[in-house]
Order: sequence, then structure tokens, then C-alpha cells
Amino acid sequence: MYYHASLSMKQLTTMLLAAASLTYAQAPGPIALRGARVVTVSGPVLEHGTVLLRNGLIEAVGENVDLPKDAWVIDAQGVTVYPGLIDALSTVGLPEAPAPSTAARAETPATPRGGQELPVPVEQGPQFRPFTTTWVRAADLLNPADKRIEETRGAGFSSVVAFPFTGIFAGEGAFLNLSGEKQGRMVVTSPVGQYVTMSSHGFGTYPGSLMGVIAYIRQVSFDADHYKLELAAYASHPAGQKRPNYDRAVEGLLESPRLLLPAEDAKQVDRMLRFAAELKRPAVLYGGHEAYKVPDLIAKSGVPILVSLKWPEKSKDADPDQEESLRTLELRDRAPSTPAALEKAGARFAFYSGGTAPKDMRKALKRAVDAGLSEAAAVRALTLSAAEIYGVADRVGSIEPGKIANLLVVKGNLFDEKAKVQYIFVDGVKYEPLPEAPPGDREGRAAPGGVE
Amino acid sequence: MNRYALFLLALPLAAGQTTVIRNATVLTVTKGTFQGSILIRDGKIVEAGEKVMAPEGARVIDAGGQYVMPGIIDCHSHIAADSINEGAVAVSSMVGIEDVINPDDIDIYRALAGGVTTANILHGSANPIGGKCQVMKMRWGKDAEGLKFEGAMPGIKFALGENVKRSGSPGNGFGASPGLRYPASRMGVEDVIREALTEARAYQKEWRDYQAKLDRHEQAIAPRRDLKLEPLVEVLEGKRYVHAHCYRADEILMLLKVSDDFGFKIRTLQHVLEGYKVAREIAEHGVGASTFSDWWAYKAEAYDAIPYNAAIMVRKGVLVSLNSDSAELMRHLNTEAAKAMKYGGLNETEALSLVTINPAKQLGIEGRVGSIEPGKDADLAIFDKHPLSNYAKVEKVFIDGELYFDRQKDLEERPAKVARKKALVDQFKAQEKKERKKPESSEDKKGEDPGGVR
Repeated sequence: MYYHASLSMKQLTTMLLAAASLTYAQAPGPIALRGARVVTVSGPVLEHGTVLLRNGLIEAVGENVDLPKDAWVIDAQGVTVYPGLIDALSTVGLPEAPAPSTAARAETPATPRGGQELPVPVEQGPQFRPFTTTWVRAADLLNPADKRIEETRGAGFSSVVAFPFTGIFAGEGAFLNLSGEKQGRMVVTSPVGQYVTMSSHGFGTYPGSLMGVIAYIRQVSFDADHYKLELAAYASHPAGQKRPNYDRAVEGLLESPRLLLPAEDAKQVDRMLRFAAELKRPAVLYGGHEAYKVPDLIAKSGVPILVSLKWPEKSKDADPDQEESLRTLELRDRAPSTPAALEKAGARFAFYSGGTAPKDMRKALKRAVDAGLSEAAAVRALTLSAAEIYGVADRVGSIEPGKIANLLVVKGNLFDEKAKVQYIFVDGVKYEPLPEAPPGDREGRAAPGGVE
Repeated sequence: MNRYALFLLALPLAAGQTTVIRNATVLTVTKGTFQGSILIRDGKIVEAGEKVMAPEGARVIDAGGQYVMPGIIDCHSHIAADSINEGAVAVSSMVGIEDVINPDDIDIYRALAGGVTTANILHGSANPIGGKCQVMKMRWGKDAEGLKFEGAMPGIKFALGENVKRSGSPGNGFGASPGLRYPASRMGVEDVIREALTEARAYQKEWRDYQAKLDRHEQAIAPRRDLKLEPLVEVLEGKRYVHAHCYRADEILMLLKVSDDFGFKIRTLQHVLEGYKVAREIAEHGVGASTFSDWWAYKAEAYDAIPYNAAIMVRKGVLVSLNSDSAELMRHLNTEAAKAMKYGGLNETEALSLVTINPAKQLGIEGRVGSIEPGKDADLAIFDKHPLSNYAKVEKVFIDGELYFDRQKDLEERPAKVARKKALVDQFKAQEKKERKKPESSEDKKGEDPGGVR
């Protein structure tokens, strides 16, 4: 390697360190987890199973697996092996942006602008694409140094589906493995979908209302259909024809295999299912806290829904004397029963953190199980269902030979609050969760780049 | 159990059933008033008269001493929608209430409790050409599609005057950012409407040319669909009604002139508080007027209003209705109608027409609703006293023959709802107490969570 000479000392050190850490984490040969309870998800649970990993893939799984001589055997008595969990909608791995626009802000009128800010004229032309970055790809923005990668992995998640999240058309998501070492290795596939919000920026902008946002999305979608027609017509006979304009907003939409549409309450589920059908684009709903009212509607549509594990709570700043409506109270009581209702109806669903801290994810999941969701369905939603929804079930989501070696190893049962995560395998690389930070230490860690 | 399920259980009175309302004073509005019965089958009025035979097995509702009138129709309301104004653009015809129907809005139920069965839900008045309207029935408990008045002519909101010009003017916190949006004057409003309709004509031609090419078997790709111009082409072609918010006589005449120039008809003038000044011109144009009884002086252009407005326009031959524009006023449109008897001397039937058959005609749904006649939808309101009395209360409301509001049932159900609420409040209080006992609860740290970006 003749170019070594041109490397600076610093670069060389970095390379060596990187190599060393890899060697540390990755066993030189095959790894076998022997004698574990294996929840394959795609097949039956093996009470005394063995999983053999090699080169980042699952090589074999079963009750009787012949282990190669060079295998590093981990005696896994008393532990349960699950497929690595998947957070089906996340921003982990992406640089943190300023406060995102959420549906909750949609109808808030614009606050008067400060004097220093120059007004932006409202455009109305057909090519005006406000709050639109369809072309932004999560896969191009990855930050392997994101601290949340390690925290999320420590909670049992081998993968997240990360999306850019600002604007109406926020951008294209990527299915990521939380290996956190090289950007290119993290991406399992991209793009997996377009993240759409119903956010608007108040009365002073277009679109400034929910119906404006919906009309805008509809127009862009129709424009995309028309763009395809124009391009095809031009491509077949370019000579003598007017050349269509390049439209990156539409390009980004066309390359997204599905739209992620917000649907928190029952009426929004109904609204977005109809909208997706009208646009004739594959869709995935997200939110779903009131979906317990309409599980059959969702099941019948065949459209999957991602349920947020951030269950509704009373605002910390709520006026203690303010009486809440029966509807608000009902929602808080019933939201965790949504997954059970979806399971019963046969709807397709997965989970996402929705801002729940990684360490609280299992607790939040437990509430869904307490409200009637079967443990098997809970695990499936967190693994294979999420993989299916994003079209990657041929490589992740279950413990099957040939799939990527993403595994969660728990001492005991995942749904037992006291059970500890022992290892997480991502692409066959073994990680251990960080020891729990003592109380008070948290603030220090939460301030990366601080000047102190 | 969710509300939808509760609703179904509470209503064994399905549409397929036969119902007879008897011993009532029936105010048909179009066919006189009599003591008698109404026979309802499959959601329709089958017979109404002094002697109606009740078929065997029919559900009989004894309305002795009570009054039945057609369900009230409100030609101008903003309930049951998750957004109302798309105001930063001068022309927002691409948006529509149909996309944001909120079937959970309690105002639907409250409107029912005031005897309203149908309402025209309009876009706001922030811009010269607003969004598309939605005619709805107050079918409380149904989903968004279930609320839509199936087959009703589509509509669109236009708006003139102060709201429109001030939304684009400096220093108005309600409107677009300072000086950003044209128009800021009444002249500008006219210009915006003319320009948009001119644009729509060009768009219409684009599609006609395309169709002509197809007819000649020439190769062509369809023009780009423009969601802003499509509804305006429908207006030009008479396929979409224009409901125009207006106040002053001058701007009313301006709009009538614009519609003449472009060859279409304004369906209704809304508010139209100075309509009495130009009632003859309005009548000549065959344009409807939907106004308030005595609500005025809330802004400069609403100072020249008089309570005789509705009656004067009626006498001049205008098709007039009284509307609410307010979730509160919507609950007592019957007494709003009564005011037109005091101010202007309309008779009972004329007064009731202002909130029943007239708005039905203005919305193009008079074949279905607006009066008690065989063949029409069984949309009925039963009052305990004459509905034009201040003391009248709504007892029952039917839509499509289904009972959607029953005062007695409502009263009976209240204690159970109060108890359910108390149980939930207690449950959450107990939980909070439990959480507080655990000092290491994760709840305490949520604010610092760096992952909480969603």
C-alpha cells in the first residue's frame, strides 16, 4: 500500500483506532448463540435454539445446528433472542434540526414578524413549492456520531427508519442499521418513503391552513403524474418537441416508494385513507392514538399504520384547575388499547418512538400489552411487520438463514420490566448496552459541544 | 365502547323502518298547516295529512300538542371543519371544506338540538375567491363522507369588501404579513375576480383544444390539471354555485356586473346587509340573498343595516334565507325567522320559508328537503311549542327518517357521562399519586430527552 507514506500521523492513528475498535467488536469468525429461547418471528419459537452468525448474516438457526470448529460459542442459557427491534419512524442518525413542524402547530396563526425579518412575498405560480424538500435524503445526511444511536441500540433497537422531518414534503427516509461506524454501512435501503406532514406556517403563508396543505399535496401529486407523461412523450420523440422543465420537487416524490401520512385521531385516519386512495400512491399512516375507534377501517384498507409509543399525557404545564373534556380523558385512557384493537382486526401495524426516550420504550410497549396486545403481536410489530411495511422483509425483521444478523439478546423476557438487554447484534457486530447513567449525570451527556 | 357503536345501539330505529308521527300540528311550509300525521318509510316522507293510516308494526310517535316542521336549513355556517380560511393567497379555489370535515365537532349536535338538519359549510371571507363549500346533513355520529349531502350542487365562496381588503392590508394581525397581499381595495377585489375568471377561461380553452385533438384522433397529452382553475371553470359552466360574501350595495352591483360579463349567475349573496337598497336589481338577476335578521354594526360596512332587510327583499321578489354564520345563532334559527314577522310583517309561512324551503332552493336541494311533502327526505324537527315562539324547544329531530336528536334521551344519558368522566379523572389522579411516590420515575427527565424531536 504505497500511499501510506502520504498519510499524516493523525490520519494514520485514526485509521488504526478504527481498525482496533472493529476488531474488538467483531469476532474473527462465526458466532453461535447456543441454548437460547429463540423468537424467530417468521417461524415457531425455539425453546432451546441456536443461532449461527457469519459475515454479518444469519447462517443457521434451529434446535440442532452443527457448529463450525472455529465458531465463537456464546452459552445463551436463560436468554431470549429476538430479531433486532425496529423503530419505524425516527430521526436517529440525522443531524438535529431546529424545532420541527408538527401537525399540532398546523392551525396556529402566524405570530407577528419581528422587525429584523424581511417579509417573504407569497407566490402563487404553479411551480411554487413551499415547505417542500422532497429530494432531501436521510441517507445523505447521516451522522454516525449521533449520541442517540447508542442510546437507541441500548434499548434493543438494531434499526430505525429515519426521515427528514421539516416541511410539508420533508424528504426521503432510509432504513438504517444502527452500527454507527460508517455512513455507507448504516443504510440498509434508501429511499423507503416520503415523510409528509400537515404542517402549515400560519395565515400569512400559502398554504396556511389544513385544507390548503391538503390541496397543495394533491396538486404536487397531480403534477408528478403529469410530469411523467410529459417526460415519456418527450423521450419518445424529442425532435420538434418542447422540452419539459426539470422539477426536483416532483422528482423526489416520484422516487419515493410510499407516502407517510399523519393520522392521529379517527377522523384523520379516515381522511388520510381516502386521500391516499385518491392520489393512487402507496401510503403508510403514522400517529394512530385514536385508531382504536376504527381498527376495521384500517384493516380493510390494507394500508399499514405506525403507532406512536408516546402515549398521550396531561401536559406538564396544564392548569390544574382546568377541567379536561371527556374526549381528552377517554383518549388518554384508551390510546394504549390501539395496538390490541389493530391486532384483533387484522390490520398491519408497527411502532415508533414518537419522542419516547429509548429507555422508556419498553415501558410504553408494556402499556399496550397490558391493554390487550399479545406479546407475539408486539414483537412482530417491532420487527417483521416494520420490515414488511418498508419492503425489506427479505433481509431483516426475523431470525432466518440468509437475513442480516440483527439480533436482540435479552436476559429473560422482553416484556418483563426487570429483564436486561444483554447484547444487540447489528450486521453481526455485537454491542452491549451502556451501563445506566447514575442520576444527575444525564445533563452532562446531553450537551455535546458544550464550551465548558 | 366507542361513540359510533353506542350510537348504533341507541338507535334501533333504522332507516328501513316505518314511522308515523301523529297528533301533531304539521307545518309543511309549502302545503299549508294542519293537525295530522306524517308517515315515514325508508327515510322518506310517504304521506302527510289529517288522516294517515299507520301500517301494522310501524313505530308510532305521539306528538300530541307538538309541532312538526321541516328540518331547518342554514345556508351559511362554519361548523364541522378543521380549517376555514386559506387567506394568504387572493384566490384559494384549490382548497375545499370537503377535505377537512370534522365529524367530531360538537356543534353538529348542538345544531341538531336547534332543529337544523342541513347546513352549507363555507370557506371564510379572507380573499376575493375563497375555497369550495360543502353542503352537509347534521348526521351526528357518521364519518365525514356520511355527513355530506349526497348529490348537492357543489359551491364556492367569493368575498367582497372589508375582510378581503384588510386581510391584505398593513397593520392587520389577522391577515397576511404587512403589505404582502393584493388586493387592499374594493377596486382590487373586482380586478382579482375578473383576472381569475379570465385565467379560468384560458384554462377551459386549453382543455377544449385537447379534447378537440383527441376527437380528431391526433396525439396529445392532457394539459396539467390546475386545482385552482378547475372549480372556476365549473363556475363559468354553471356547474358550481357561487356564494358571495358582501355587504354594500355598490359592491353587490359590481359583482352582478362581473357575473353578467362572464356569463354566469351568482347563486347567493351572503350577509348582503344593504340588499334592501338594491333588492330590485338582485331580483332581476335571479340571485338569492342569505342574510341576518338583526345582526349588524360589527364593522364599518355593516352600519347601514336594518331589520327589515329580509322582508323588503322578499317583497321585491328576491329568494331570501336567514343564516347563522355562527355556531351559537345556528341553534335558534327558528326565532331568527320569527323576527321577520315583527320587522316587515311576513306571515308565518313566509317566515318559516326563510329557514327551510328558501335556503333549500338556494342550495339547489329543494327536491329533497325544505318542506314536508311526500317523496322528500324525512328531515323533520319536532318542537314542543310553535317554532316561531321564543319559548319553543326542540324535542326530536329526524334526518332520513332516523332519530338523531331526542331531548328526553339526552337528559337521561347525562348522569352516565358525568359518572364516566369522574371515574377517569379519579383514575388519572390515582396514577399521578403513584408516579409521585417513585422519585426515580422516568417522567421527571422527559424534558431533557435529546431524542424527543417528534
